[in-house]
Amino acid sequence: MPLLEICQLKKSYATPDGGTLVVVDLPEFKLEAQTQVALSGESGSGKTTFLNLIAGILAPDSGSIKLNGLELAGLRESARDRVRATTIGYIFQTFNLLQGYTALENVLLGMSFGPGADREFAKSLLKRVGLDAKLNHLPRQLSTGQQQRVAVARALANRPKLVLADEPTGNLDHTNAGESLKLIREACRENGAALLLVSHDREVLAQFESVQELGKLNRAAK
Amino acid sequence: MTLPLIVAKSLRQHLLSTVVTAASIALAGGLLMAVWVVKTQSNDAFTKQNAGFDAVLGARSAKLQLVLNAIFHLEASPGNLPWTDYEDIAKNAAVALALPIAVGDNYRGYRLVGTTTNLFSVEHAPGRKYRVAEGEEFAAGYMEAVLGSFAARQLKLKVGDKFHPYHGLNFDEKQKHEELYVVTGILEPSNTPADRVIWIPLEGIQNMKGHDAKSAAEISAVLVKLKNPIAGRGLELMYNKQGNRLTFAWPIAQVVAELFGKIAWFDKVLELVAWLVAAVATGSVLASIYNSMNERRRDIAILRALGARAHTIFLAVVLECAAIAVLGMVAAFAVYLGITGVAAHIIRTETGVVLNAFAWHPILAWAPAAMIGLSALAGVIPAVKAYRTNVAENLVPVS
Repeated sequence: MPLLEICQLKKSYATPDGGTLVVVDLPEFKLEAQTQVALSGESGSGKTTFLNLIAGILAPDSGSIKLNGLELAGLRESARDRVRATTIGYIFQTFNLLQGYTALENVLLGMSFGPGADREFAKSLLKRVGLDAKLNHLPRQLSTGQQQRVAVARALANRPKLVLADEPTGNLDHTNAGESLKLIREACRENGAALLLVSHDREVLAQFESVQELGKLNRAAK
Repeated sequence: MTLPLIVAKSLRQHLLSTVVTAASIALAGGLLMAVWVVKTQSNDAFTKQNAGFDAVLGARSAKLQLVLNAIFHLEASPGNLPWTDYEDIAKNAAVALALPIAVGDNYRGYRLVGTTTNLFSVEHAPGRKYRVAEGEEFAAGYMEAVLGSFAARQLKLKVGDKFHPYHGLNFDEKQKHEELYVVTGILEPSNTPADRVIWIPLEGIQNMKGHDAKSAAEISAVLVKLKNPIAGRGLELMYNKQGNRLTFAWPIAQVVAELFGKIAWFDKVLELVAWLVAAVATGSVLASIYNSMNERRRDIAILRALGARAHTIFLAVVLECAAIAVLGMVAAFAVYLGITGVAAHIIRTETGVVLNAFAWHPILAWAPAAMIGLSALAGVIPAVKAYRTNVAENLVPVS
């Protein structure tokens, strides 16, 4: 059974002129457990909306999203929050670290709403991403690359089955992007998490054995 | 652990607004508690204050004026009464002790009260008499004075010091008497109006040069201690109903209570103002948190993306408002002590009545509870806004 199974997924938004804009219209998508898949997608291809639907941040208009055997589409918002807290890790392009929290606290928060705070595991994750000397640093005291690594550690903090990465290297320079991508892939592998990454960067996509084009999968993007 | 961490971090991230809002809560809470305690304590202190006496006999006048003049040493004397009236009441079978007093002079604003040495045998509180703490009692017929503890401290007079009295109840440098009095003793603090009086022999006031010659056979009032307080009813009937020359003010507590009854409307206004200030302060919590919601949206969206439920965010905002009120109310106790301390000093200086800022009063528990509760309630409005934050919109731009 696939870890993620999507069928006839649709999401649209109301436009200011009273019309409807379909952003996602995806007949089928599957992702096996512990695999790593990259989705290529240009601006407007609906990639962030697609990831937000999988994460349960957005509710679909119709269709089915089965994650780890659980149908997300019919769940109430609080139940989707629970699934996200326990099953999904999310890495954002802009990292989205909480600025008032230290690196360690950011990682601890990543597990607090799910399995519960485990200080030692949080420290071990930060050590894994090379930040064991920066546990008590605030995001503004870290370089961009270091902030990205905190975000990676936080995404893995709740021991997720699936890590979603939305243009994770988009804000990094060439060298940092390469290292960061390698770290994300290794860390997911080590923690038994599947990785679904979206990017429009050809160099990033070239690192993946499995790349699918969201523009072709998503009928709304055509 | 997560909720307290989120609340603490948010308070710290918005430190300036936290401090300003908590300060407004502190001022309002402190004012609210101070108004209540000063009001209640002064009411209690005045109505329970009788300086050890049950009644006052004086010239025909309002009972309140008589009590304020003879017991609290405030107001002007309503007039004098002949010495024989003192002798009559002193002989009455219902009277345990009658203490004649004469007023009319001061030293730098502190009243000179002429009386007999019987003063020192009066119990102003159970088991506590007016006792000389330093020096000795004055001797009848001599130009000697025993100072109340507060008057001695304020006038910086000590045993052996000498002073010239001034004519009248208010200090006027031009009204200096020739007589020279020597301080023979200082009373121990009694926490009664007697503390702010200069006690001298009765003859001192009666025979002071410049006073009307007939005042030598008159007194200002008689302080009366009854064998049984109920006996006051008979004396009241005799002096107030059957006679028309004198006034018997009894019971003292009821006379003073009438004063507070007359100014009860002022208490209500004061209470209303205090509650309005408290309402404005809790409103400031609402305004402060609500106005910062825009800058909080991103953090809220991130927390939600990490799996925080909407009601967790709602609770965090409500708790943050309550936490600001808790911080404010901790500081409010300092404000309360400051206001009450100043008020107590003024009341003691003006009346001799002592208030205790550290005494327990239920308002000290329910004012903090009310302020924290109201602030948490005020937090519901921004909390609803936080609850409804659109996660996807505030997380990353939709591509």
